[in-house]
Amino acid sequence: MKSIKNHLSLVIALLSILFSIQIFTIVDRSVIAYKDNLATNYSLVVVSNSALSEKTIIEADERINATIELSPDDVIQRLNTGMSTKNMELLKHTLPKFYKVKLKHYPSPGEIESVTKKLLANQSVTKVENFSQSHDTIYKLLLLFKNVVSLFAVSIFVITTLLIFKELRIWEFKHSERMSIMALFGAPTWLRSAVLFRLAITDALITSAVAFGLFVYMSSSPWILKQFEDIGIHIILFDPLYDFAILAGVAIFLSILLATLIVLGHKEEV
Amino acid sequence: MDKVIIANNLSLSYSNDETIINKASFSINSGSFIFITGASGSGKSTLLKSLYGALKPKEGSLIVGGVELHGVSGSKLNFLRKHIGIVFQDYKLVKEWTIEKNIMLPLIINGYEKSITQNQVESLLKHVRLKHQAGKYPMELSGGEQQRVAMARALSHNPILILADEPTGNLDDYSSQLIWNLLEGANTQLKTTVIVVTHHIPEAMGVAYKHFHIEFGSIHEVN
Repeated sequence: MKSIKNHLSLVIALLSILFSIQIFTIVDRSVIAYKDNLATNYSLVVVSNSALSEKTIIEADERINATIELSPDDVIQRLNTGMSTKNMELLKHTLPKFYKVKLKHYPSPGEIESVTKKLLANQSVTKVENFSQSHDTIYKLLLLFKNVVSLFAVSIFVITTLLIFKELRIWEFKHSERMSIMALFGAPTWLRSAVLFRLAITDALITSAVAFGLFVYMSSSPWILKQFEDIGIHIILFDPLYDFAILAGVAIFLSILLATLIVLGHKEEV
Repeated sequence: MDKVIIANNLSLSYSNDETIINKASFSINSGSFIFITGASGSGKSTLLKSLYGALKPKEGSLIVGGVELHGVSGSKLNFLRKHIGIVFQDYKLVKEWTIEKNIMLPLIINGYEKSITQNQVESLLKHVRLKHQAGKYPMELSGGEQQRVAMARALSHNPILILADEPTGNLDDYSSQLIWNLLEGANTQLKTTVIVVTHHIPEAMGVAYKHFHIEFGSIHEVN
């Protein structure tokens, strides 16, 4: 029982940190995936007096991915009130050219402004419709969501770091007597602190294993998967290799840092 | 005869406070039994601390077991301490270890083989009459028994020097006598130098000893 208690306090604190890291990772991946979705659906419309080649439009800005010329046929069909074919052809040639412009990624409002300016720099382009108002709303909502989650993750990180420092004080108290006694008999620093490092690494491994189980369960939970499916996002919630390596690395690094701080802060009683 | 301790103009103080031992010069022969006495606060324990390097000399020279302690490095101090056995009034046993493991500590630090360690601990437990308590923890023993464990630990690695700070200060007459017998035995049978800080010297000592007294920061031999 005492042995479990010895491990529990650090394991819980480390687990909270790993949890906040993984939640932040999931949100980051979701935002990137959602931005990709939006980028696929988002486009600008360029109105030009004369025909523009695909190369001319793409070269206007490096963020432009592709362009499609919009056919004026639909507009002409709507105006077709008994016009002759000849007049229709004439109208077709006098109408400005419309181009749908796709970007490589979902742009920020600043990027939209910049792309718009560059497109308007072409003498033939008379108007660029960038749908900035609706775009702005979606973009700001996305940023707000990411910032709120980041703030939440940072708060958990800070609180648990404070908990770990409190744990450090307890460890310092618990281990300093033994370390002092060992020092009296000439034990080198590595031997004096061996128990502490063993305990720290054991706790880090226990935490990593619990975190692995928890995130594997989460990533296969039908309820969680459905939530992501409902908003059309398909991401890896937990990569058993890459994510686990990061989480285990963080847990081991933090616990070794904790033990090192105790060893460095330990002063022999005089 | 070899000198195990040589002090020359030795001054001791805690940080920059008042000097506790002032320019003391003395030497101690190898294999001798020494008592250090003095009033409370005279600097007896301070002197003992300096002998195992817990307090570095403020001035002068202090050589213990061939190691100069003025400005000694951590590794040299560890080397010296591997050859010293220390006994405290409050025992200083590791509470979360069994008494067997406590006695093993200097042997582990000195890198003895497991079989030698095991044999040595068994023999010492028998010697201090605690063989039946081997698996117990310090808190489960009486004060006298804990001090016998501390004695066994101090003797386990056959040190050149045993330093004892008021070793019988908290003990009843029976336990005190056992501790004195163990210290005398180490001195006569193993030729270990023993230095004991105490308020009063036992009347019936079975060994020849020297007596140093500390007063007003100076150390002098009492004849």
